[in-house]
Parts: sequence; structure tokens; C-alpha cells
Amino acid sequence: MSTTISSSSAAHAIEHGHADHSEIKTFGFWIYLMTDLILFSTFFATFAVLCKNYAGGPGAKELFDVPSVFVETMLLLVSSVTFGFAMIALNKDNKKQMLTFMVITGLLGLGFLGMEVNEFAHMIAEGAGPDRSGFLSAFFTLVGFHGLHVTFGTLWLIVMMIQIVKMGFTTGVKSRLVRLSLFWHFLDIVWVGVFTFVYLLGVI
Amino acid sequence: MSSTYNEAAEASHSNYKSYIIGFALATLFTLGSFAFVMIDQVPKKVAFFGLSIAAVLQMLVHVRYFLHLDNSREQRWNVFLLVFTAVLVFIFVGGTIWVMYSLNSRMM
Repeated sequence: MSTTISSSSAAHAIEHGHADHSEIKTFGFWIYLMTDLILFSTFFATFAVLCKNYAGGPGAKELFDVPSVFVETMLLLVSSVTFGFAMIALNKDNKKQMLTFMVITGLLGLGFLGMEVNEFAHMIAEGAGPDRSGFLSAFFTLVGFHGLHVTFGTLWLIVMMIQIVKMGFTTGVKSRLVRLSLFWHFLDIVWVGVFTFVYLLGVI
Repeated sequence: MSSTYNEAAEASHSNYKSYIIGFALATLFTLGSFAFVMIDQVPKKVAFFGLSIAAVLQMLVHVRYFLHLDNSREQRWNVFLLVFTAVLVFIFVGGTIWVMYSLNSRMM
């Protein structure tokens, strides 16, 4: 009797330990996101200090195109929603629907990146590169840092799509997808700060 | 957190409602902010406070409806960490702006 009790409790402990492990991973990733937020905040602070230091170069009003920033914003916002729909499909174990929504999310992310790269290329071609003024250095650092995050998010998305096709919805794949969804939604939240405090406050 | 977090997330993940509501509210704040700037008739100070408040509200909408963070017991540590980070961000950004603008006005 005692063996059954101990073995069942051992099994329970293993199960429990397993759950705790995944729990710790998600919480650990949340801690990473919060430290990333602090990193972003230092770039925001730098931008706030340097945002009027044009050094005789072009300012926010001449450089920023508000309608195209609006399109970028909507691309990222819709991609957040489609990722949410992908997670719903995941919970329904619907692989086809999940992959469809992930492809849409990835394309929206790529659309956002394409517009941003285009914007940067135009600015640099006009002689408004990061070396032109303190304002532009801070701008390229902050917005470029966010764009780099979206780039890695999109890469991660592609890797996860391959894993879903090759491995299916295993426990590992599922727990990675939960973390990727946190990352993706987090980037959208940071973008709210970017379009408000960099673009919109720049042009008023 | 996770087993509980995942369960909570799964429960809210399994309906589209949360995302639709979040999307509607976020779009409302985004449109409001851009309209505010495009109209171009608003005094600068009013615009600054209006845009800041809209941004903070939109971030809260994202946290609530996309990240599914709420005041349930399971998510207490996530929320605690987020609030602590928000305090840090406020000190870093607010402190930097305060110090640098004060320095700037003294140098004038």
C-alpha cells in the first residue's frame, strides 16, 4: 500500500513539477519583457531630451508622414488581433486555421517592416540619416530598436510555423507559442508609445 | 502562474469577443489621436495631455484584451511586475526629462 501511495504521489510530484516548469518559463519570459520595457524607456527618455536638437537639419514636421504612420499602426494592430485568432485556433487544435492566421500575422508584420525600411531609406537618401542631428540619432535608435524587435518576432513566427508543420502541437511548441504571443502583443504596446510620443507629438 | 495563467489565457483565448472588443477600443483611441493631430487646431499643451492620456488608455486596453491580464489571483505576480516596471519607467523617463529641461533652462 505504501508503495502505491508513494508511487502515485511521486507521479503527482512529477506532473506537478512539469507544470511548475512551464509556469516558470512563462513568468521568466514576462520578466524579460519587463526588462525590455525598461530598455525601451531609456531610449524614450533619450529621445525626449534630444527631440528638438535639429542642429540646423530637418525637423519632425518636414520628415514625418502622418498618414503612412497611421497605416503602419493599423498593420501592427491588426496583426495583434490575427495572432490572437491564431491562439484561439491553437486551443481548438485546428492546425490549418492556426497556420492561416500565423501567415496573415507574418505578412502584416512584414508589411510594417517594409514601410519602416522604406521610410528610413527615404530619410537617409534625403540626407536625414542618424548622423545628421541629435534628434535623428535618437529617432533612428528608438524606432530602429523597435523595428529590430519586430524583425526577430517575425523570424520567430516563421520558425514556429515550421515547428507546427514538422512537430505538430506538442507541449513544447504550445508553450513557445504562448511566449511568442506575449512578445508580439508587447511590441504592439511599445508601438503605441512610439507613434504617440515620437510621431504625433513631433508634428503638432 | 502558468498552469493557472494558461488556463486563464485559454479561457479568454477561446472566444473572439475579447479580441474584437480590444480591437474596437484600440482603433478608437488610435483614430482619436491621429484625428487630434490632423485637425491641427488644438493648442499644444492640450494636444500633449490629450495624446498622452489616449496612449496610456490604449496601452491598458492592449494589456487587458490582448495580454489578458486581470486582477485574478493567478496573475497577481504578472500584474505586480508590470506595475513595478511602470514605476521604474516613470522614474527613468520623468526624472531624465525633469533634470535635462531644468539644466537646459539654467544654461540659457
